[in-house]
Amino acid sequence: MSLHVKDLAVYYRSLRGDVQALDGVTFSVADGEIMGLAGESGCGKSTLGKSLIRLDGRMRHMRGRVELDGVELPIASTNGAMNRFRLKEVSIVPQYAMSALNPTRKIGKFSRELLESRGVDFESVQPELERRLELVGLSKSVLDLYPIELSGGMKQRTVMVISTLLDPSLLIADEITSALDVSTQKAVAKTLVEFRDRGFVKSMIVITHDLSILYQVADTILVMYAGKLAEKARASEIVNAPRHPYTKLLISSLPEVGVRYTERKLVGIPGKPPSLLKPPTGCRFRHRCPLASEECKQEPPFVELAPNHHVACWKAA
Amino acid sequence: MLTLDNVSKTYRTGAFGTGTCNAVCDVSFSIEPGEVIALIGESGSGKSTIGRMILRLSAVTSGSITLDGVDVSTIRRGRLKDYYARVQGVFQDPFSSYNPIFKADRVFSMIRQGYLSGLSASEWHTKLTASLDAVSLSPEDVLHKYPHQLSGGQLQRLLVARALLLDIEFLVADEIISMLDASTRIDVLNLLGDLKERGLGILFITHDLSLGNYIGDRAVILHKGAVVEDGPTEQVFSKPQSPYTQMLLDAVPRLHERWGEPHSNGAPPTQTDDE
Repeated sequence: MSLHVKDLAVYYRSLRGDVQALDGVTFSVADGEIMGLAGESGCGKSTLGKSLIRLDGRMRHMRGRVELDGVELPIASTNGAMNRFRLKEVSIVPQYAMSALNPTRKIGKFSRELLESRGVDFESVQPELERRLELVGLSKSVLDLYPIELSGGMKQRTVMVISTLLDPSLLIADEITSALDVSTQKAVAKTLVEFRDRGFVKSMIVITHDLSILYQVADTILVMYAGKLAEKARASEIVNAPRHPYTKLLISSLPEVGVRYTERKLVGIPGKPPSLLKPPTGCRFRHRCPLASEECKQEPPFVELAPNHHVACWKAA
Repeated sequence: MLTLDNVSKTYRTGAFGTGTCNAVCDVSFSIEPGEVIALIGESGSGKSTIGRMILRLSAVTSGSITLDGVDVSTIRRGRLKDYYARVQGVFQDPFSSYNPIFKADRVFSMIRQGYLSGLSASEWHTKLTASLDAVSLSPEDVLHKYPHQLSGGQLQRLLVARALLLDIEFLVADEIISMLDASTRIDVLNLLGDLKERGLGILFITHDLSLGNYIGDRAVILHKGAVVEDGPTEQVFSKPQSPYTQMLLDAVPRLHERWGEPHSNGAPPTQTDDE
């Protein structure tokens, strides 16, 4: 059944008007799919992830629907209708897992309080919690520790285990590897894939600015630019044969191990993303795009140009 | 030449300073003019501490740091000011390097007051334009603006321009592009390459192996405060001698290879469609 998002728009309230952080996005995530969500800071990727589980006070749902396993998620409701889905159907590992844990509670007590607030009996899931902690390489004694006693990677894995304990259908992982060292990063990324393979979560949205980590873990990659979708395709296609000019320029600007300044000088993308307070009409990338022409003043639709390869660009063929 | 000779740094830890933490142990290397050293290490490896000791922001516990034979840890007052006219640093977070209540170009007028007060207005203007030009910024875009009106990349380039005003010889660049966006970070990295060609010696401190590989002439790999590998970048990345470097290279996510596949090490990427 999986996740379907239709024309979702979420704006932020500000004194100078609405910031159109997420402006009409439509996409689906299949069962068992790990979708990577990539883009520069301020492109709306975290807004998209958050709006699937909890809108904070400044976020306003403008239009659009979200359907998970055939049931519409009441993402905009303020009366707690969403609570029924949180942790059980949709779960999130937030950007700063370090601060997701309560510093005044031991991990075990924190998990108990969290689960009981969702109406789950802690004793009945405790063996499974301990089993999964061991699976990610942590002993069950971490339940008797305070968050401050764990390293960054251990905290990240602990939060992942707690978030997925009730086997949610959708897991949102927001920049979970960004603050970690490369060796820890690899362990955490592999844990994500393992959780999917073992069926702890059905599908996953992995949000990060780092395309090379997505290439390691994701089946498909969705690239966003300035609140809109730019391109979605299989990970290998995005990396090896991108079609949207933004994706092309972004991929070609990334230094990799093996690329040297003296041998091949990489170039960045001139200019900067538009302000989302009053975004330009038409394609939002056109002011930085080398291919832009008259027709780009019309907004390009997000269409399927090849099987499972969606692109929003007039110039992509 | 900036030389580090068996430099160590021990921090005191614990409530009464009874514990010790060896942040840097017996590190030796040197930077020539026109050379980029990539100092690569994971968090807690002591890489920033080394940068801070070169900039005299932390004291050296043992060993010595010398600039053309002069021990920098002993210089005081006027001579310290002369030292800063030759060695400057740029740090990770461009937003906290500026005072938000002053305009961003105050960093330039402070340099003028401190070091270049003899210049006439027109000489100053020529010098400022030249150094902004060197970092590919146009004066009308960046002067007379507050820090929040400029992007992270612009702010970071302004800080490099500030260092260039002094005709420095060595630059300590501590994670200067980790807070920048993918599409703009490469421009700041290329800027370091251009400066190197103008004869600047650069200590490029990073946790990102691909960045160190891109820009560094020599790579120094740090692990727990000690140098585990030091050599020409190609050699370190293609034939790593130490198991730690090997482990790091295996763990780094690559764009055209998945973990577990054999590395091509710079050869054209092989197309893999294994889905």
